[in-house]
Amino acid sequence: MTNLLSQLPPDPILERRRAIQSRAAQTIGRRTLVSKAFLSVLVGAFLLSLLPLGSVIFALLVKGIAAISWPFLHTLPHQPSLIDQNAIGGIGNAIEGTVIIDGLAALVAVPVAVLVGLYLAESSSRVANFLRVITEIMTGLPSILLGVFAYAYVVLPMKRFSGLAGIVALAVLMVPVIAKASELAFRGVPQSLKEAGLALGARNSRVARGVIIPAALPGVITGVLLSLARAMGETAPILLVIGASGTWTWNPMHQMSSLPLLTYNYSGSQYPSQRAAAWGVALALVVMVMVLSLGSRLVAARMRREKR
Amino acid sequence: MNKLTLPAKRSDVAERIHRSATSDRPYTLLLRGTALFFGAVIILFVWSVVHTAWPAVTTFGYHLITGSAWVSGSGPYGALPLLTDTVLTTAIALVIAVPVGLAAALTLLFLIPRRLRSFAASLIELLAAVPSVVYGLWGLWYLTPWLSKTVQPFLARLTGGSWPFNGAQEGFSVLLAGLVLSIMILPTIVAISRDVIGVVPRELIEGGLSLGATQSQVLLKVVLPAARTGIFGAIALGAGRALGETIAVAMVIGSNPQLPHSLFSTGATLASTIATQFGEATGTTGSALAALALMLMVITASVNFGARVLTKRATAPL
Repeated sequence: MTNLLSQLPPDPILERRRAIQSRAAQTIGRRTLVSKAFLSVLVGAFLLSLLPLGSVIFALLVKGIAAISWPFLHTLPHQPSLIDQNAIGGIGNAIEGTVIIDGLAALVAVPVAVLVGLYLAESSSRVANFLRVITEIMTGLPSILLGVFAYAYVVLPMKRFSGLAGIVALAVLMVPVIAKASELAFRGVPQSLKEAGLALGARNSRVARGVIIPAALPGVITGVLLSLARAMGETAPILLVIGASGTWTWNPMHQMSSLPLLTYNYSGSQYPSQRAAAWGVALALVVMVMVLSLGSRLVAARMRREKR
Repeated sequence: MNKLTLPAKRSDVAERIHRSATSDRPYTLLLRGTALFFGAVIILFVWSVVHTAWPAVTTFGYHLITGSAWVSGSGPYGALPLLTDTVLTTAIALVIAVPVGLAAALTLLFLIPRRLRSFAASLIELLAAVPSVVYGLWGLWYLTPWLSKTVQPFLARLTGGSWPFNGAQEGFSVLLAGLVLSIMILPTIVAISRDVIGVVPRELIEGGLSLGATQSQVLLKVVLPAARTGIFGAIALGAGRALGETIAVAMVIGSNPQLPHSLFSTGATLASTIATQFGEATGTTGSALAALALMLMVITASVNFGARVLTKRATAPL
């Protein structure tokens, strides 16, 4: 038997397999070592990518808290002079301006965006597909372009800078983001739920109101809060259109102040006191943004749990 | 056979059901109307930029793109330095952020304990939530001195001060702008490439391992090639972000609209120039700045469209 086998010509496939196996066995030590080293490089790069985050947070906390005090948060800014360089006042009206501009922008953007999202989720016509592509491209466009838009259609006709122009720019910035998020949320609602609604004799509008929107609410709210957080941090469009204000301005027809813009202006100030205060403004801004983005997660998680 | 006919008069219930199923006009009109309104706003938006840019476009023609000097207020208005710096800073950002981002995505997916994954991912997402003006401020206070005292002397010594690491070492530079951009686009690259790498079929990975390939071989020769298209999409999305990023770049690049002669040169991008000069701009300068906005719109829209095509193709079921 063994004799017989050894007399056969060698099988080329078996030979090749044997060669590969022995080569693999010979190199396994080296290959494992190379693999381990490579994987550590990957993890190292990942840790490296967290370094800037740590540095930014550290800087914000150390320099921001040093600049922030209770009066700083609720008083009006004061223009320092060469004699009295440290009298910089507070950021009360910038917080107020930020809340008004972003709040009103959201108020305008949310209904439009949710309806657009519903339209995109319900319709697959050619028009809807085209709008979907455009919406997605809009979410990636630089925000400063919306500043140019608001300048051309709000600032120029009104012949003055205004909070309104900022509201318009931010609303147009928010709509595509919310529309896309809510389209995804609406599409996630099970078809069976919609059909159950329709089978009960409800109209499409009733199904949308009573079934689709409630079921998709966590997703929609997450989208709204995230886009609001993003809009709140936007400086570029605001920079072109809202002007500046040193007092409490409740009327968006006038120039207003806002946290991101104030951070930008203070960062390039000639007074060291204002440059240091830029960190305080930035910390206030980041806290507001983070509250919104963490809030969006909590809301989503909470509503998901309640539904179960 | 009896012919099936509808009853001449429907009962009330049937009538109501019929009406509720078919005549939902207000709802349909509301949805279509809103979508139409939004579409009109987008058209208006594009038109506002084109319209404002038009005087400059007709006056200067192609010199707007090829002219190598940009002087705000008096002219000439040539965007070549700005285009160069825009592309250059984006390229620097990609050179740094793509390898780091891919490594982070692979780490998040395969290399850290399952319990830590969502926490680690949310740390990276936190990077995206920081407003760009804060990155600008951070770059201004922390990176500028670090670059001028440590990085730039080091690079200059390493290369003997030869191009592209020559020139003044004052921190503000296209290099710094690229560095800040790389941090800002990292979350985008990590998030998208994590999504597209996540859909690489398990069988491929297991097949590779069962053939005796080591983990690194599987990652490099199976996972990354399989997710290639989507990764290009992620890179394109990151590039789109970097090309249009405004405030952080304006704060660290030095606002100098001249052709860069090295990576240490100060510069100005399309977006940063609009941001820093729009305030004082009148007449022709305003129009020329709008022309920059138009270029920026065309470039970023095309890049984003390309990214969309790539990521769609990568995550689509086979």
